[in-house]
Amino acid sequence: MAASGTPHRGLAFYLLIAGIVLYTVFPFYWAINSSLQTSQELFSVTWFPPSFHFENYAGVFQGQPFGRNIFNSLIVAVATVGVSLLLALTASFALGRIRFRGRTVLLLAVLSVSMFPQVAVLGGMFELIRALGVYNSLFGLMLSYMILTLPFTVWVLTTFMRELPKELEEAAIMDGASPWVMITQVFMPLLWPALVTTGLLAFIVAWNEFLFALTFTLSDTQRTVPVAIAGFSGASQFELPWGNIMAASVIVTVPLIGLVLIFQRRIVSGLTAGAVKG
Amino acid sequence: MAAAPAASAHTRVRVRTAWLFLAPMLVVLSLVAGWPLLRTISLSLTDATLNTLDEARFVGVRNYLSYGPPLDAYDPDDKAYYLYDEGADRFYVLDEATGRLTDETDPDALIVYERQPGGYVDTATGASADAVTDRLFVWSGVLADARWWRAVWNTLFLTVVSVSLEVVLGVVIALALHTQFKGRGLLRAAVLIPWAIPTVVSAKMWHWMYHDNFGVANEILLGLGLISERLAWTADPDLAMAAVIFVDVWKTTPFMALLVLAALQMLPTECYEAAKIDGIHPIAVFFRVTLPLIWPALLVAVIFRALDALRIFDLIYVLTPNTDQTMTMSVYARQHLIDFQNVGFGSAASTTLFFIIALATILTLMVGRFKAEAD
Repeated sequence: MAASGTPHRGLAFYLLIAGIVLYTVFPFYWAINSSLQTSQELFSVTWFPPSFHFENYAGVFQGQPFGRNIFNSLIVAVATVGVSLLLALTASFALGRIRFRGRTVLLLAVLSVSMFPQVAVLGGMFELIRALGVYNSLFGLMLSYMILTLPFTVWVLTTFMRELPKELEEAAIMDGASPWVMITQVFMPLLWPALVTTGLLAFIVAWNEFLFALTFTLSDTQRTVPVAIAGFSGASQFELPWGNIMAASVIVTVPLIGLVLIFQRRIVSGLTAGAVKG
Repeated sequence: MAAAPAASAHTRVRVRTAWLFLAPMLVVLSLVAGWPLLRTISLSLTDATLNTLDEARFVGVRNYLSYGPPLDAYDPDDKAYYLYDEGADRFYVLDEATGRLTDETDPDALIVYERQPGGYVDTATGASADAVTDRLFVWSGVLADARWWRAVWNTLFLTVVSVSLEVVLGVVIALALHTQFKGRGLLRAAVLIPWAIPTVVSAKMWHWMYHDNFGVANEILLGLGLISERLAWTADPDLAMAAVIFVDVWKTTPFMALLVLAALQMLPTECYEAAKIDGIHPIAVFFRVTLPLIWPALLVAVIFRALDALRIFDLIYVLTPNTDQTMTMSVYARQHLIDFQNVGFGSAASTTLFFIIALATILTLMVGRFKAEAD
């Protein structure tokens, strides 16, 4: 790393670093800070919680099925990841390891789907969801999320598939392995890092999705976390329960930040490998 | 050549396997992407509403642009438009089936206008009725709606400003991350936090920080002496767009920084060593060596972010739902489609957005290819 140079840096450099950290972390700190204050304390700006109050965290689960919303988000996200990876794994084997006519066109078509604005399919998707009888259901959400997760899982896994050594495949063919055996026994073990990365990215996309969840669910018990948080309302229209909203924000963000920090190298490589949407 | 038939048989099997393995993915993708896209386009040519999706009628391009009686004057029971010319105080009825326009102000002396290729004419005198229809008819459809163009402008403005700021900030953060120093891992972790937070959650967090009375944003700005009174960041129409852009930049800069960082890490070290020996100032090195080298990667990042910004929805919907000052194309389309239940009109907006983004994609791809060939 030539740009790195000397390990001793000036004060200005560390001020810059401090500024960046403050800029990126402060809003999340502020949510935690606010979530630990009583509604009275929230009426004045206090830089540190005067004392730790957890009423807001308890309050999140009262009056609205927030536990159920978290459960819904988990189910939808996990199902979305599972189905996307399964479909993408077989597809990426074909796209990455087999030469056939139309392969490039197909890859470009898949990539172009990830450019679709969600709104561009909203009317047709609404009709489809209703026609299939999955309106206001988690299955409907899982199905619609395929348009968001499938293109980039296919794309990223194909890039990884291509990089695997050809000898492996030839040895497997010599042993008379079928393509399915080849995928599950030969490629899967080598693709674990890629699967974890793409799976994680797909999970985050599904966990954070808002537009479809807002449009295709109706009842509070079918809502996912983002829609629930967006809809938090207080006693009156003008008085939002900010303490509860901040507590809910912290609850759904902490596991995500945990995942991201644990897998940060993987995520960075996944984001940059296919330059998929963030 | 004896092996050739065997090899081609083998190839044929492999190709068949390829399609077999692709089939599930292709079926699902056509079901959730291809079909809804085609249906949205065809719904945009109908008068479908949320409750009458099945009995939608084809109306041509009326939802995009048309000249005729205002749609809200339509009476579905009579299948006619009831029109009132306020200036002249006259009542008209336009029958949908025949297209005949009748002046019913005086029931004893009806004036009937017939639709001709060149416009409406008085059936009694044969005179042109353009003066009458000019007062009654309006341009309607997505493309005639000032709010749509407002949304287009908002979206473009937000995209350009947001992405420009992200490029500058992203490059600065990437350069910092590329430097060897104690606590670099900590910095990278910190940078990933805004990216990991769901958009809706970050919108809520910032909404609270923007609160006019109890928000920390006003507190900080007042403390620094940058503002003299508390501002209503999300409610004030003049400030709402700035508030939205600030959050969008905060949320998406990490993505930009990571892509730039990846490009920085692939740069050859020799140029830097040469530059260092020559004693060139680091800032000059950045503009003369680093920037040209990371340019292609930066361009890719900008394209991805710009395409993303053009369809922005969540942040606006949650942070500033009630102001036209920040309404984007996606917000406009969903509002008509779902809130106003006007699926036909909303789909026309969706489709227009789709073609705008498709055009932007094709243009950038063409420019990219052109540049690649020039290099």
